[in-house]
Amino acid sequence: MKKKMTKKARIEAVWGLCMIAPTIIGLLVLNYYPICETVYQSFCKTGDFGKGNEFIGVTNFVNLFQDAEVFSTLFNAAKYTVFSLPATVFLSLVLAVLMNRKMIGRSAYRTIFFLPMVCAPAAVAMVWKWMFNQDYGLLNHMIGAKINWVTDPKVAMIAIVIVGVWGALGNNMILLLGGLQDIPKDYYEAAAVDGSTGVHSFFHITIPLLSPMLFFIIQTGVMGSLNLFDLPFMIMDKTSRAWPSVKTISYLFYEYAFEQSNRGYGAAIVMFLIAIIGVLTVVLQKTEKMWVHYD
Amino acid sequence: MNWKAKKNLTSGVIHIFLILGSLCMLIPFVWMILTAFKTKTESISVNPFYIFPAHGWHVENFVEVWNSYNFALLYKNTLIMIALRVLCACLTATMAGYAFARLKFPFKRVFFALILIQMMVPGQIYIIPQYLIISKLHMMNTQFALVFPGIVTAYGTYLCKQGYQSLPISLEEAAELDGCSIGRRFLSIMLPLTRSSLVSLGIFTALFAYKDLMWPMIVCPRTESTTLTAALAKLQGQFVSNYPQIMAGAVLAVIPMLILYLIFQKQFVEGIATSGGKL
Repeated sequence: MKKKMTKKARIEAVWGLCMIAPTIIGLLVLNYYPICETVYQSFCKTGDFGKGNEFIGVTNFVNLFQDAEVFSTLFNAAKYTVFSLPATVFLSLVLAVLMNRKMIGRSAYRTIFFLPMVCAPAAVAMVWKWMFNQDYGLLNHMIGAKINWVTDPKVAMIAIVIVGVWGALGNNMILLLGGLQDIPKDYYEAAAVDGSTGVHSFFHITIPLLSPMLFFIIQTGVMGSLNLFDLPFMIMDKTSRAWPSVKTISYLFYEYAFEQSNRGYGAAIVMFLIAIIGVLTVVLQKTEKMWVHYD
Repeated sequence: MNWKAKKNLTSGVIHIFLILGSLCMLIPFVWMILTAFKTKTESISVNPFYIFPAHGWHVENFVEVWNSYNFALLYKNTLIMIALRVLCACLTATMAGYAFARLKFPFKRVFFALILIQMMVPGQIYIIPQYLIISKLHMMNTQFALVFPGIVTAYGTYLCKQGYQSLPISLEEAAELDGCSIGRRFLSIMLPLTRSSLVSLGIFTALFAYKDLMWPMIVCPRTESTTLTAALAKLQGQFVSNYPQIMAGAVLAVIPMLILYLIFQKQFVEGIATSGGKL
């Protein structure tokens, strides 16, 4: 197995190792050590200041499975995913298809739809909170209603979803537009010769060829919405009665780990969330074979 | 209807649809800017419903928020944080990317597996220990703390590796025959050719650093040491219902990135497209 290296190969190996060293050392310190630490901590009770961790086995996880709040916040995150993801994918697909033609103002539209992506989510949330204001908000004025967007537990999640979709459209539109532009024109021409145009071509050419990109968007979308933190955190008041219906599991983690300094339990929540994301990823990968086409 | 009229009609309908969509995207921004120039009473006077500030454009909101929140310092913190993160990420990723794409060295596959695994693990798992490292180093509320998690990037390394792999190998072989060392080859031939993936990585890193909320909130809770994004979260609590001032703060926070975006929008969009909107 072991071969004697030539001088040239040895120099190359030294160069290679030196060049990856910063990244690998960084990953070990910043990522791999933390992974181990979090796993370990999830089995610990955090001691008081400087006392260190106390190993308590699976107690955190036992508590977690009996904690109604864990499941209600997880349910909120799931609700957000179920409402926002189909809307985002559908709307961004429509936008991308419409914009996938040479026309006046295409880059202007692209610029506008992408705008929310370059804004701090905190600023976006603040603006929307103002738009949602029950008495003075622009939204109620425009639709002539008196909806308690952010204080009514029934509509609060819809408010969050609106902002989420509004903010994510541009990003997904750009990705889909890139995918659309990679589809060779001949496919459509060949299909047209066979008498297939419009809707038929869309479902038989566009969607299959775009499916890897759609899959990517769905997959990252699921992960992103399960990790949702900033929008509810910024838009809602923690004292509002609507807060329990929008509080996400990612926020619950933040609350335990950093506000209540119960890092062991926080770590256990993270482990639980990651397990769920892992399972969902596997499920998605399984369904991938059914509808995603790579050629 | 002849063919041309039909085509015009279709494109007209598409334009109407896109214009309506664009309005939905723009209205919150317009409303943010307009509110920022209003007085507090004006912002909550519903009848008549003012769109434009009726009693002159009030710049005081900006001045007050700028001073009481020390925006100069926030800008500086954010700028330094972004610059350092971009620099670190690009530097480490391009070197490692080149090595993974072109050089042979022991345990290459093992090291590359480390990169791939990191890309698959959700970010929250790192936060508590990273925070503990910062607090053990007594680095809370410092610039170092802000930059810390972004020193290396697995995804960026992957992106750079792809960039280097797409270059023809003959380029390097020619240089090698001319007696060019690996370092020279990397610095003067290969690196300049992967500029575009580096620009993508840079823009992406900058955008994510700018938008990150949880990390700066945790490691830099003091307003004067934190970033724009995290400071905004606090500002909201402070000026409870003074919406013109809150909006002025929001305008101040989004303006720099917005200007950058309008100047470099092509690069921004390409950055998102090449990196798949993920880091």
